[in-house]
Amino acid sequence: MPLPDQTTSHPAPQPAGLPGGQPAVLFSKPSPVGLTLIISGRLDADGVAAVWDGAVRQAGSPGRSLTVEASGVDYCDVAGLALLAELRRRAGAASAQFQLTGLGERYRTLFEQFAPEGLPLPPGRAGKPSLPEEVGHKACILLDDIYSLIAFVGELALAVARAAANPARVRWGEAVHVAETAGANALPIIVLIGFLMGLIMAFQSAIPLKQFGAEIFVANLLGLSLLRELGPLVTAIILAGRSGSAFAAELGTMNVNEEISALKTMGLDPVRFLVVTRVLAAMAMTPLLTIFFNVAGLIGGAMVMLSLGYPLVSFVNQVKMSVTLGDLTGGLFKAMTFSLLVCAIGCQRGLCTRGGASSVGEATTSAVVSGIILIALADGVFAVVFYVMGW
Amino acid sequence: MDRPIIEVSGLTLGYGDVVVLQDVSFTVERGEVFVILGGSGCGKSTLLKHMIGLYPPMAGSVLIDGRDIVTAQGREFHAILRSFGVTYQSGALFGSLTLLENVCLPLEEFTRLPREAREAVARMKLGMVGLAGSEDKLPSELSGGMQKRAAIARAMALDPAILFLDEPQAGLDPITSAGLDELVLTLSASLGITFVIVSHELASIYAVAHRVIMLDPNTKGIIAEGAPAELRDRSDNPKVRQFFNREAQSPS
Repeated sequence: MPLPDQTTSHPAPQPAGLPGGQPAVLFSKPSPVGLTLIISGRLDADGVAAVWDGAVRQAGSPGRSLTVEASGVDYCDVAGLALLAELRRRAGAASAQFQLTGLGERYRTLFEQFAPEGLPLPPGRAGKPSLPEEVGHKACILLDDIYSLIAFVGELALAVARAAANPARVRWGEAVHVAETAGANALPIIVLIGFLMGLIMAFQSAIPLKQFGAEIFVANLLGLSLLRELGPLVTAIILAGRSGSAFAAELGTMNVNEEISALKTMGLDPVRFLVVTRVLAAMAMTPLLTIFFNVAGLIGGAMVMLSLGYPLVSFVNQVKMSVTLGDLTGGLFKAMTFSLLVCAIGCQRGLCTRGGASSVGEATTSAVVSGIILIALADGVFAVVFYVMGW
Repeated sequence: MDRPIIEVSGLTLGYGDVVVLQDVSFTVERGEVFVILGGSGCGKSTLLKHMIGLYPPMAGSVLIDGRDIVTAQGREFHAILRSFGVTYQSGALFGSLTLLENVCLPLEEFTRLPREAREAVARMKLGMVGLAGSEDKLPSELSGGMQKRAAIARAMALDPAILFLDEPQAGLDPITSAGLDELVLTLSASLGITFVIVSHELASIYAVAHRVIMLDPNTKGIIAEGAPAELRDRSDNPKVRQFFNREAQSPS
């Protein structure tokens, strides 16, 4: 390694980026064999911006030789060197002789060093793929996605089975923490949305029912729709937006930071280590949240009924008559299934992240979208099964 | 002699109530390759982040070309920012943009160069750091060392007067690392760019540094200043000699 002589003072060259000096100007004059471009002034980004278009246009048809006379250039940075290199490339493309005269020795060295003839030409942009190509590509991506989903379902089932066989191996501390952030901390928004939905539904349905003198059946409508359908559905959608996305972002960032690789090389299965705790916590919390949602919705409905002049006890009795324990447990079972789907897809999207910040964003979006789609699909399946079984 | 391009005086900095460095003062001359060194955890990177205005210091001033970055606001602050480029330890390239777009971004925002010119300049800068041919790759498709070099190209995009490099050599192979040293020397000699480098790679420090300061976590200040070879041979502080001679901590 060459050691520069540290005792001699090094001459400070013209400092870069200082104000002062005229911005570059360009003159051209025809020479006997071609064209001479005379550039003077400061060839920094501003100077190059001023002369680029003119210089490059004229260098395109220089005749037999192009001479760039740069003795008036008092400062030249890399932008200036890029201009000179481009002029040389254009002259070469027009098979003209290129000559650079008068450029300061310091800049000349830099120019020779960093702008060799072989400086890569701007490559042609890759053309847009044709329609069949694009369809095929997208289909492959979709198949890959389905494959990895199936693999993930298998891994998760295995990990959950192992956890059930050996519950002491589950990291309960982390599960409790997830239960708090994904469950307990979601209570305010669940209660608020539930209350408002109950209130709005009761109010909206009371108006037409009033025409038949049947306002009291608002209680039936509210009780059945909340317990069987809306409670689990809306709770799961809030879970997808709040926690499914959070899991995807967290696991995705861990993946980008190679934390997932670290887990794997330590011999720890990321599915067992990260996913099982999250899924179990969410499955335990979501039915509870659904109960809170139902209760808040019924309270909202009760307020409407009170304002319509019905005593509370008749609302409560009407609800009790119209819903059964089966309605409630069926709804809670649906909520639990939805939470499994939402959390599993969130974690799976996170673990599939490749690349940087933008892919974490994609994983998060995809987690919420796939989560909601899965909820809707599962809800349809439940509707058919419950109908066939007569529940 | 010109006024120094960077003057740091009475700088005290830290996080929360924890003081990392106390009353630090030094200057960097124009065109100089200035290295901040010290053991791990002595506040090198923290000092750098205060010099570039990312964090406000507890006390003191940092004059860049005569203007105080600590108190500057609005337009003046942005004018100071334009005068230097920074590369971060991990590269910090924008993951959704190709290398060419990464380097073009500052040119696009801050100059009036036509698109063709911006791309020519960006290609040249990538060529200077040895990345010709990788222009259309995304940062995630590159090795760590390549990302670091691309980050240097991006920091140089506007041809700033000062380049701050935060551990540019970490994770680079010796050949690439030596190539980087050469690049630093060339740019400093031909374009007069001032370099402020945070590093503890001894070989590279000997190769490029005109002057170094060494920080120490115990005294929370500068324990040595001067040319590296001189400090190695003549420093009367055993800690400094130990550092330059790569000796392990002696039991005391």
